Amino acid sequence: MGSLLEVRDLRVAYRTRGGNISEALEGVSFYLEAGQVLGVLGESGSGKSTLATSVLGLFPANAIVRTGAVLFEGRDLLQAKADELQKIRGKRISLIFQEPSVALHPAMRVGRQVRHVLAAHGTNGREVVKQRVREILQTMFAEEAERIGRSFPHQLSGGQRQRVLIAQAIACGPSLVIADEPTASLDPTTQMEILGVFRGLQKNLGLATIFITHNPALLAGFADCVLVLYAGKVVELGPAEAVLASPKHPYTQALFQSIPPLVSEPGDARKKKLPAIPGDSRPSSLPKAGCRFEPRCPERMQVCKSREPGLVSLNDRHIVSCFKYDANENR
Amino acid sequence: MRYFLRRLRHAVFLLIGVSLLAFVFTALAPGNYFDEMRLNPQIAPETITALRTQYELDRPMPIRYAHWVISVLHGDLGFSFAYNSPVAPLLLVRARNTLLLTVTAMLLAWGIALPLGIWSAEHLGRLPDRLVSWGTAALLVIPDLALALGLLVLAVKSGRFPTGGMVSLNFESHSLPGKAYDLLLHMVLPIAALVLSVLPLLVRHVRAAMVEVLDAPFLLAAEGHGIPRRTLLYLYALPAAANPLISLFGFSIGTLLSGSLLIEVVMSWPGLGPFLLEAILARDLYVVIGGVLLSTLFLVGGNFLADLLLFWADPRIRTEMQA
Amino acid sequence: MKSYTRRKLAGHPEEVRALDGVSFSIFRGTTLAIVGESGSGKSTLAFCLACLETPTTGNIWFEEKDIVKLAEKEKRAIRCQIQLIFQDPANSLNPRWKVLKILNEPLAVQGNLSHAEMTSRAHALLNQVGLPIEIEEKMPAELSGGQRQRVAIARALMLEPKLLILDEALSALDCSVQAQIANLLVELQESLGMTYLFISHDLAMAAHLADEIAVMSHGRIVEQGSPEEILKEPQSTVTLELLAAVPRMSFSHLQAPES
Repeated sequence: MGSLLEVRDLRVAYRTRGGNISEALEGVSFYLEAGQVLGVLGESGSGKSTLATSVLGLFPANAIVRTGAVLFEGRDLLQAKADELQKIRGKRISLIFQEPSVALHPAMRVGRQVRHVLAAHGTNGREVVKQRVREILQTMFAEEAERIGRSFPHQLSGGQRQRVLIAQAIACGPSLVIADEPTASLDPTTQMEILGVFRGLQKNLGLATIFITHNPALLAGFADCVLVLYAGKVVELGPAEAVLASPKHPYTQALFQSIPPLVSEPGDARKKKLPAIPGDSRPSSLPKAGCRFEPRCPERMQVCKSREPGLVSLNDRHIVSCFKYDANENR
Repeated sequence: MRYFLRRLRHAVFLLIGVSLLAFVFTALAPGNYFDEMRLNPQIAPETITALRTQYELDRPMPIRYAHWVISVLHGDLGFSFAYNSPVAPLLLVRARNTLLLTVTAMLLAWGIALPLGIWSAEHLGRLPDRLVSWGTAALLVIPDLALALGLLVLAVKSGRFPTGGMVSLNFESHSLPGKAYDLLLHMVLPIAALVLSVLPLLVRHVRAAMVEVLDAPFLLAAEGHGIPRRTLLYLYALPAAANPLISLFGFSIGTLLSGSLLIEVVMSWPGLGPFLLEAILARDLYVVIGGVLLSTLFLVGGNFLADLLLFWADPRIRTEMQA
Repeated sequence: MKSYTRRKLAGHPEEVRALDGVSFSIFRGTTLAIVGESGSGKSTLAFCLACLETPTTGNIWFEEKDIVKLAEKEKRAIRCQIQLIFQDPANSLNPRWKVLKILNEPLAVQGNLSHAEMTSRAHALLNQVGLPIEIEEKMPAELSGGQRQRVAIARALMLEPKLLILDEALSALDCSVQAQIANLLVELQESLGMTYLFISHDLAMAAHLADEIAVMSHGRIVEQGSPEEILKEPQSTVTLELLAAVPRMSFSHLQAPES
């Protein structure tokens, strides 16, 4: 295979406070080559954040890993011991957390927070570390690097905090970066800037990236492949042009249609109802059997209620999980 | 800067207010030092009157208070009736003895509580945490008095530790290291009692503060960067949990002079507590007020120190103040 | 015709001008969208209109009465007519109360209706926002983001307001949920004749929902017009920047969004 990262049939659940068990990921599989960008499209409840933390083996105390493998350069990270994981996290694979306002230590200057990451991975010597921190902050902040390095998180804007998180992530030169909704709480222009930073990273450093978002438009022209996650399952996976230009799964299609188009012709769809997907995807709203999306699907069939669809290959790279394309199932 | 000047001004006002109240209440309390003497038929009433005039007890209160304030500002805390000597040196000696116990006990207690609380929070819900919880609960339930007495019994039974007092009778005859050893031996029991009585509270507070922080996203993010466990706990989690603990620490300092009264009495340690108690019962006016003032100084000073520490430790407070 | 006109407002200490001479009108039954980046003064505008903040200078005419000059008691009456919906429903709904209590609170504060009357109105509104009546027994933590926002809208409608100010009300929601709530807002405007002030940094959604768009920057309105005008012929640099910042999926060429 030789791919950089391969996730095989990952199933993770959480034990909630009430004693119930909620399944977060139910059989997610994909692979990623070096230098590639995988866009993961998922809304809240789809399991995207669990996917992000699972790749690093970062599980909270109430998580249950049912089965699955996360193969990084051939080694299964889910089987790795704690000290092996510690060496990989931040150094070979980095995770950029959601919500930069809470992902940084509130009482530590950001320069020092970057320094800790370097120190944790064998960069020794105070001067060497300081120099490296200066370099990294300069790539992120240009002239303001000095001042920003000495600031506390609450003194920075949302975009600046996001850049600090990115700086921490690339400090040790990883081969894979996972970004969980990096632009979610930002202004549109800041969003574009941060997206530009990611493009730059990919172009200049050849960084493989997993970019998680709920807004498909952000992936256009950036991602190589797109994976669509719904209720913990992969519903569509394929090359970005294919998935974004002509989505096959009813959920993906409905999702794209629910985004208001930026039209400049009068009378065109303004204030008309957007074709929104009815209902929601919370665990309590999911059906007990059959396809997860069935209750909200505009094209549901009889079989969708009783059985879960398998993965169907449309061509050698584009797969969908839907009975519509299952040649064995005819109406 | 303005923040601290304001706190300092508050502190001074507090001290003045406390001194006034202490003076008024003690002076108003029925009886005075010389009442007991009156009962003694051997002492002539004229002597008593003369003594009273000498100590100004026949003057109106505001004047006495004013005289007292003036002398305090000169460093003179008044005169003790019972000991017939100035108050200040008496108090200071006793205070030193008390501080010897309480400072050591406090350092020891915090030194044990921090790692124990952190360890307990780290293993939340599991065996280590449960053991610590049961242990602290048991200690909380046992009254300080029982603890102190229990330790005394231990001392008697084992014969290893002296059962009271600060130094042995032949203290002066020892060499310097001998003196130190003797003192240490006498300190073991009272300090053990003090530490055991205050430890459960500290451990619980540390544990609670840590548990709240251990859930925080920035810790998970740091773990995701491969920051090792020890660094995470002591350089990331603990500083973030420090705010309530610093306030608690300030409060601990405040009780340095007053918290050990019971232990001192039981273990016959010549500290401030028993001394003040004696003075109150005897209506030794200036000793009482002097002692109250000293305690208040510590309390206010402790809070002030806590504020300083908070300012230094939490950059958010610092930048808000400067803004 | 309901019109609001304002002029020359400034913020407080050290002469930070949160709003620097803002004037516009909203007509009854229509939607005005205010689009701008953070720091442009949008939220200050919302608070001033909702009578939660007083402008330093200027007037706000609501149904031909200047509400800036009103006494506190009359202001309270006006506040009922202008309701505010916030970005994060998790913060604007009391997490310790059941939905029914949250809904009844605005009327309970007024003290005019009995519990039964309030509850029946709450039920009617739950229906109108598309939520099942059983939801009244739940706590906000048990609801999805979209459901919480619907509860916030229902609560705002309890007082039968004339004007609804939506301050980034859709920004925290997923894309598909945004579409649902947007549809609800359009529906409510048609059936109840609601007037909306839609504040957002999402130009696409604003253009979809609004009859008129005003672009704000640094406390001033830099451009105003119908969505078609703004999108076809943007005049100011701010508008151009905002347009460029909308991520787009152009399927024909699959080009990158301009940065």
